[in-house]
Amino acid sequence: MRVLPYGPSALLVELDSVDQVRAVHSALHEAYRAGRLPDVVELVPAARTVLVAVRPGSSDLHAARAELSAVPLDRPPPAPSGPPLIVPVHYDGADLELVARTANCSSAEVVSMHTGGVYTVAFCGFSPGFGYLTGLPAPLRQPRLDTARPEVPTGSVGIADEFTGVYPRASPGGWRLIGRTEMTLFDPSAQPPAALAPGRRVRFRAAS
Amino acid sequence: MSRPNRRMITVLQPGPLALVVDLGRPGHAHLGVPPAGALDVPALRLANRLVGNPEAAAGLELLMGQAELRAESSCEVAVTGPPVPLRVTAASGSRPTRTRAVSSHRAVHLEPGEVVAVAGPSSGLRNYVAVSGGVDVPPVMGSRSADLLSGLGPSPLRAGQRLPLGPVQGAPPEAGVVPASEVAARASVAVMLGPRHDWFSDPTGVLRTGRWEVSPASNRIGLRLAGPALTRRAEYRDRELPSEPMLTGSIQVPPDGQPMIFLADHPTTGGYPVLGVVLPDDLPVLAQARPGTTVHLRPVGSAGT
Repeated sequence: MRVLPYGPSALLVELDSVDQVRAVHSALHEAYRAGRLPDVVELVPAARTVLVAVRPGSSDLHAARAELSAVPLDRPPPAPSGPPLIVPVHYDGADLELVARTANCSSAEVVSMHTGGVYTVAFCGFSPGFGYLTGLPAPLRQPRLDTARPEVPTGSVGIADEFTGVYPRASPGGWRLIGRTEMTLFDPSAQPPAALAPGRRVRFRAAS
Repeated sequence: MSRPNRRMITVLQPGPLALVVDLGRPGHAHLGVPPAGALDVPALRLANRLVGNPEAAAGLELLMGQAELRAESSCEVAVTGPPVPLRVTAASGSRPTRTRAVSSHRAVHLEPGEVVAVAGPSSGLRNYVAVSGGVDVPPVMGSRSADLLSGLGPSPLRAGQRLPLGPVQGAPPEAGVVPASEVAARASVAVMLGPRHDWFSDPTGVLRTGRWEVSPASNRIGLRLAGPALTRRAEYRDRELPSEPMLTGSIQVPPDGQPMIFLADHPTTGGYPVLGVVLPDDLPVLAQARPGTTVHLRPVGSAGT
């Protein structure tokens, strides 16, 4: 773990893996919920880093450092509590054949692998409510498309590198698309607004 | 509660870009939601104080002025940011048509039907308009701010659009005129290095001696700078950075070495290394920096982290 300076009111924790990110994020989130880091404004996990931003002048950056020294990084982070969110998917994505070919299996096997996994939202980014989910079976860890599509439809389910995810709304995108869901994943007027917030467990089910 | 006689203003002309802004929606970056909000925060706070609003009330951010607003009910209006002339015209149909010139940076009382026209500022970029009661569009995730990156909040304002106003708080408007100064063609901002300054060759030296120019491709997402390239040290030349969180003020350096400073509508994560962060007190200077402005990025000591 390296703790890097990030302006006068933030620090960046650099880690070796998504699992370590999850351990640090959940420990700091727990400390925040327990009232030990009251001045934290943003707590943002990413692929290998966690941002802690506090109100200007707060001593919580020092308090966060103390919390960090107590995070065990050598064992997997605690599994998120609660049942996983079930996302129904029509597996008819434009890249399903490509993904099957790359994995050297049939499209049906791609569906069975994708629905067989239990995923965790590691972090969000790219657009509001776009969660990067880890837990993808190894044959489905495939690179992005060489050329991004100018418009990926709302609800598209894709894979890229070690992640799977759902486009909460139409946007450009380069993930390999294997299906689509009709579930609303981001609604700014809902509570909570993002169905796929960091730490959430997720399973995909083939929609009939 | 029904409000049949809701106080309103009408946007007759939005100018090049008029947005509803308040202090933004920080605290949602972990969901991929940008902070958004006024770029020149002290200017919005001042406008609100001048009309007796809480400082965090929603107002309008005008890019290069040239906007016209009509009061549909009596209200106080104040315009801040760079100094800019205003003209108030009486309700159409009143005889004879009366026009009065007023200054920015003071409260101006408008009667129903009166129109205030904001000219183009002769320096700077962004003016802020506060109206007594505040602009009362529905909040989205705790803020009424437009967000040009994510599309959350109200869209850019259109000619003819009516905006509801909130109830007047009862605080008397601040009396008098606040002095305002023209925006300089040179901007010097303090930069705290990190988290990725060690990726670059002599970052302190390059910042100390280098001068950059604000590119016309700048917007509310970020200020693009053109000038000396910040080059990576040999061991980082071909290194890829997994996307990491961004802050308002983060100076991101893409492979071409030309820095980009993220402003309020910035993406929550980014894949290029951040050389340093502009100190928050200096962000309003960047909010007003026109294309062509010379920028000095002044390295200052770290916070001892």
